[in-house]
Parts: sequence; C-alpha cells; structure tokens
Amino acid sequence: MTRAGRVVLLVLGLGGLLALLAIAAADLPAFGSVHSAYAAFARHAAYADRHAANSVAAVVFDVRGLDTMIEEFILFAAATATALLLRSTREEDAERAEDHGEGDALKLFGIGGVGAVVVLGLYVVAHGYVSPGGGFQGGVVLATAAALVFLAGTYRAFRRVTPQSLLEGAESLGVLAWPALGVGTLASGSAFLANVLPPGSIGSLASAGTIPLLNAATGLAVASAFTLIGVEFLEELFAERARGEEGRS
Amino acid sequence: MTAVQIMALSLVALSALLVVLTRDLVKLTIANSIYGLVLVVLFLVFGAPDVALSELVVGAVAMPLAIVVAIVKERGE
Repeated sequence: MTRAGRVVLLVLGLGGLLALLAIAAADLPAFGSVHSAYAAFARHAAYADRHAANSVAAVVFDVRGLDTMIEEFILFAAATATALLLRSTREEDAERAEDHGEGDALKLFGIGGVGAVVVLGLYVVAHGYVSPGGGFQGGVVLATAAALVFLAGTYRAFRRVTPQSLLEGAESLGVLAWPALGVGTLASGSAFLANVLPPGSIGSLASAGTIPLLNAATGLAVASAFTLIGVEFLEELFAERARGEEGRS
Repeated sequence: MTAVQIMALSLVALSALLVVLTRDLVKLTIANSIYGLVLVVLFLVFGAPDVALSELVVGAVAMPLAIVVAIVKERGE
C-alpha cells in the first residue's frame, strides 16, 4: 500500500472513531448524575440482601461471582505460562549469582517497611467487604512486601521468603477454592456460587455470607501469583548475570 | 465538576504527555510511575477508592518493577 493510501485509511478510521465517540458521549447521562438502574440494583443487592458495606465487593464476589472465578483462572494461567516460558530457558542447577545488599539507609527503611506493608496488605484483604479494598488490591500489596525484601535486602533474602513450592501451592489453593465453594453451594441445593451463608450484621467482619471466603481465596491467589511472577522474572535476571560472570572468568 | 476534579484531570493529561515524550528508558519508568500516582488521585477525587487502591499498587509499584527488570535484562547487566 502506498503512503498516501495509508494516510487516507488512517484519516477515515480516526474520523469514524471520533464520530462514534461523539455520538456515544452525547447519549451519556450528565456528569455526576446518580440515577442509574444498575447502581440502584447493585446498592440494594449489596446492602439489603448481602449485608456487604462495600458494594463493589458484593458485585465482584457475589453478583458476578462466575466472572470473577474465570478471572482467577486467567490470572492462574498467566502466572503458570510465565513460569513455564522462563523456566524452560533456565538450567535447573545453574550457579546462583550473589548480590551485595544496598546501603544502610535503604536497608533500614526496607526492613521497617516490610512489616508495615504486610500488615497493610492483610488489612486491605480482611476488610475488603466492609471498606474499600479486597482480595485483589490487598493481594498485590502483599506481593509488594516480597518485592521490598529484594529491593532493600538481597536476592538471597528474597528467595528465602518466597519458596516456589509454597507460592505454587498457595496460588492453586486460592484459585481452587472458587470452584470448590461453587460445588458446595450446588450441593446445598442453590445455584453455583450463590450466597448461601447467613448475611450477618452489616459493617462487621462477620457479614456478607460467602463473600469473605471468596475474598480471602482471591487474596491468597493474587498475592502468590504476583509474587511467583516476580520470582520468575528475577530468577531469570540473576541466572543471566551468573552466566555473564562465568563467561568473564 | 469541582476544581479538584478538573485539576486531577489536567494533571493526568500532562503526565501522560510526559510519558509519551520521554525517550530515556530509566526516566520513562519514573515518569510512568508519576503518571500512575496522579491517576490514583484522579480515581480518589472521582469517588472510586477501590480502583485507586488497585492503581496505587499496580501503577506505582508492580509495573515500574517489571519495567526496571526488563531494562536491566535488555542491557545485559
């Protein structure tokens, strides 16, 4: 295709997209408008039916629980694929490269930070259905704590707190809890992943029925999947560094 | 729309521009995490604390870390 032809195609495409966006934007409800049928439904489903103070959690872990379960599978597949691809290029017993730790100030900040980040992560996971947060957000915060060990400490320390077999087991457990609970709700005579447990009193940790269980399972799966992906990337990096050092000596 | 919301929107647009215009990879990583942080403020002032939390950890921590690893690997250090 000639350059002029490509430009014509680009202009047509961009013009068409702009026109469609303009039509769609003209039809949107006014900014800040609170009247939405779905919002009203979600609020009612969260507060009145499930006693979940965070309506986002009620939607994610209950109303569209099946979607979230498949999202968990996608995350699991992504982490597994990363591990498979990177591990196949690595020799199993390759010599592990050593790294020296960083400066004292960074170390001190990091050591203080790790504990605080772990507590924050656990808090965000545990209160996912009573305040903003939840398994996804808290899980990533927990994985960040592991990354902090690497950033402020050494690679050896990082690998000591992240054994691969533990991460793999925890991730599988977190993901498997979803279909297991779904089968459990089927066995109790309700729909797959229906909220069959008593809703409890709104705003307390003992509320929202099955949502806390699925939320905790998600926290476990996300924390270990993100840490596993980090481990695989860094392992690759340090295997390469070790190969480079061998080549030089 | 309040003044804070307009400010957050403009800051996001500005820092996005900064990300696109930065050529140096290390500076790009820093610009990208600034963009992530500004996006957190945007989500917060538009009343979406859940999304802000996700963006905070992914945009300001996880993504820069992945990019830094990629840069180091690419340079073969």
